[in-house]
Amino acid sequence: MSFNEWFNDRLPVAQVVKDHLTEYYAPKNFNFWYFFGSLAMVVLVLQIVTGIILAMNYKPDADLAFASVEYIMRDVWGGWFVRYMHSTGASFFFIVIYLHMFRGLMYGSYKNPRELIWIFGMIIYIAMMATAFFGYLLPWGQMSYWGAQVIVNLFETLPIIGGTLSEWIRGDYVISDITLNRFYAFHYLIPFILVALVYLHILALHQVGSNNPDGIEIKKGPKGNRWSKDAPADGVPFHPYFTVKDVMGLVVFLGLFFAVVFFVPELGGYFIEQPNFEPANPLKTPDHIAPVWYFTPYYAILRAVPSFAGTQVWGVLAMGAAIVVFFFLPWLDRSPVKSVRYKGPLTRIYLIIFAITFLVLGWLGTLAPTVEYTAMAQFLTVVYFLFFLLMPCYSGTGDNLGFSGFLLFVVSLLLTLSGLYIWWVETPDLAMSMKWIYSVTSVVLLFWFGFKPGWIKPDPVKPVPERVTG
Amino acid sequence: MRKFALVFLVVMVPMASLAASGSGVELKSMEVRLNDTRSLQNGAKLFVNYCLSCHSAEFMRYGRMAEDLEMPVQLVEQNMIFSDAKIGDPMTATMPADKAAEWFGVAPPDLSLTGRLRGPDWLYNYLISFYVDESTVSGWNNIVFENVAMPHVLTELQGRQRAVFRTEPSEDGTEHKVFDRFEMETEGTMSAEEFDHAMRDLTNFLVYMGEPAKLDRIRYGMFVMLFLIVMFVFAYMLKREYWKDVDVSH
Repeated sequence: MSFNEWFNDRLPVAQVVKDHLTEYYAPKNFNFWYFFGSLAMVVLVLQIVTGIILAMNYKPDADLAFASVEYIMRDVWGGWFVRYMHSTGASFFFIVIYLHMFRGLMYGSYKNPRELIWIFGMIIYIAMMATAFFGYLLPWGQMSYWGAQVIVNLFETLPIIGGTLSEWIRGDYVISDITLNRFYAFHYLIPFILVALVYLHILALHQVGSNNPDGIEIKKGPKGNRWSKDAPADGVPFHPYFTVKDVMGLVVFLGLFFAVVFFVPELGGYFIEQPNFEPANPLKTPDHIAPVWYFTPYYAILRAVPSFAGTQVWGVLAMGAAIVVFFFLPWLDRSPVKSVRYKGPLTRIYLIIFAITFLVLGWLGTLAPTVEYTAMAQFLTVVYFLFFLLMPCYSGTGDNLGFSGFLLFVVSLLLTLSGLYIWWVETPDLAMSMKWIYSVTSVVLLFWFGFKPGWIKPDPVKPVPERVTG
Repeated sequence: MRKFALVFLVVMVPMASLAASGSGVELKSMEVRLNDTRSLQNGAKLFVNYCLSCHSAEFMRYGRMAEDLEMPVQLVEQNMIFSDAKIGDPMTATMPADKAAEWFGVAPPDLSLTGRLRGPDWLYNYLISFYVDESTVSGWNNIVFENVAMPHVLTELQGRQRAVFRTEPSEDGTEHKVFDRFEMETEGTMSAEEFDHAMRDLTNFLVYMGEPAKLDRIRYGMFVMLFLIVMFVFAYMLKREYWKDVDVSH
């Protein structure tokens, strides 16, 4: 008996390699957007490896943390390189994940039978945000400190339990050494939970098979290819075909990544914010506190919602809802087809509007609020939520919406009306032209996408082919 | 969908250029030249002579400075260390921080990272913008940093200058003061041009000190980029070789 046999009788390594690499048949028509899944895994590994090296030199202590980061930057051999890879990696992780999620939106990768993949993906996204938030406090700079202060204070707005909850999170009445210690513990822990979640994400993916730009189930199509007569005709073995392809994508990615690491690690204050070069000072609030760019779309939504009935909690709830609403996508999308290639024009148009809305909200979230910016953020918040709430209306074939679809339309209507109320009653300083633009646009969006005029072609706008089209 | 990729690019590129802008007075631009060792050496000389008595640079070691700026260790030990510090020690201020806080009202901040915190333009403009102002405690004020506690320690080099303000109408009808120009009261040991050069050197040094690794990282970066370009060629050819026998559109 060979060692291989002996080993595989006891641990099925060869079988796992077969099931998930050499005999996992992925659709051969993956395009540009399909690089980001494997890239996300590479970045996760990179973050863990660089993070462990940083942890060997970092001191989670309010008196020592800032100096220990500078010690890494100056005195640890190659320390600056490892630290810049970690700080750049955090931002690139979110870039890659946002593109990965957008791919899912475009090609309907969340739809039946891939709902669980999408849900695990969303849990991964939230775990990533938690890790990033905890990690951002560790350099103990001004922005670390005040950013954490702002976010933890959000919990304070919750009724009754708010005060106790935020105190429980901090372990103190203010962000302090105790907070730094526990954030460090969580920052080290969550990445390993992330690894487990990624494992489940991929396990669920390989159970049902990958989607593709055409949104066709290759497993249901004709069988038989060069490698196996039972495998889908439109599939190719993941290894070596997609491993060599992904390596090519990885090299391009590393080109961009290392261009930032070596030439512009601060990226104009977006990846590393300038106020963070000053040690945390609880007595001195920075002029302008903005979270790191990957949180700013939600931060803009948070600030857009005004206080009402004497509490700020509505903004916090809206921010939470902006994330949670993604979980429901598989059931909001009622289109009979998956891919945007075959969906009707309304879906395509709103997808583009949504992508732009997300980016502009992100931009607004980095700025100090003014009357104009706040009104714009309010308008875009309405656009953001209508994308989801009206989806049963504009993505369907025009058949009966059912009670839930009707309910979501009512919520959309209320949301639009509250926008109108805020602009016309609560914001006297806003220019008349902007009031009209925002009001008319949101009302048009509501009725256009909510009622789907009859002359617009219903989904699918063109027939889905039987085989993938490249 | 290539269209979507395009939309992403079109929207993201202008957004990246909309970086946060500062407010207040207009700053003259200052070009950083980290490869100019002479300039950095001169900046270091000014720094240890004029700044280090009150300010510290606790993350910067004398030895690192000597090595990066190509200055012999012995020379640095003899001419640039005024305390009992060793060559491997960080640059600490001669004056104790608690005493300094008593004398100036605030402790002079550590300058290790000021180059990164404030940026070269701000630093250079700050250094050249001190003016005589009898109304302040120190007798000095600064155009860039109003009512700063720090006195003009470079008076002997620059001389004493006064700021001339003009009044301009505000939007609400009232008037406000706007800085117009400086007027020299007494000359310093340096000409205006020499002082300007000196301050550019000092700023250059402060920027270097904010991130000593910057000298290395740009050089390494070039090699990494070259390597990745070569690697891409191989990765692309390997991919093409494998995919030759897959007809994507069947």
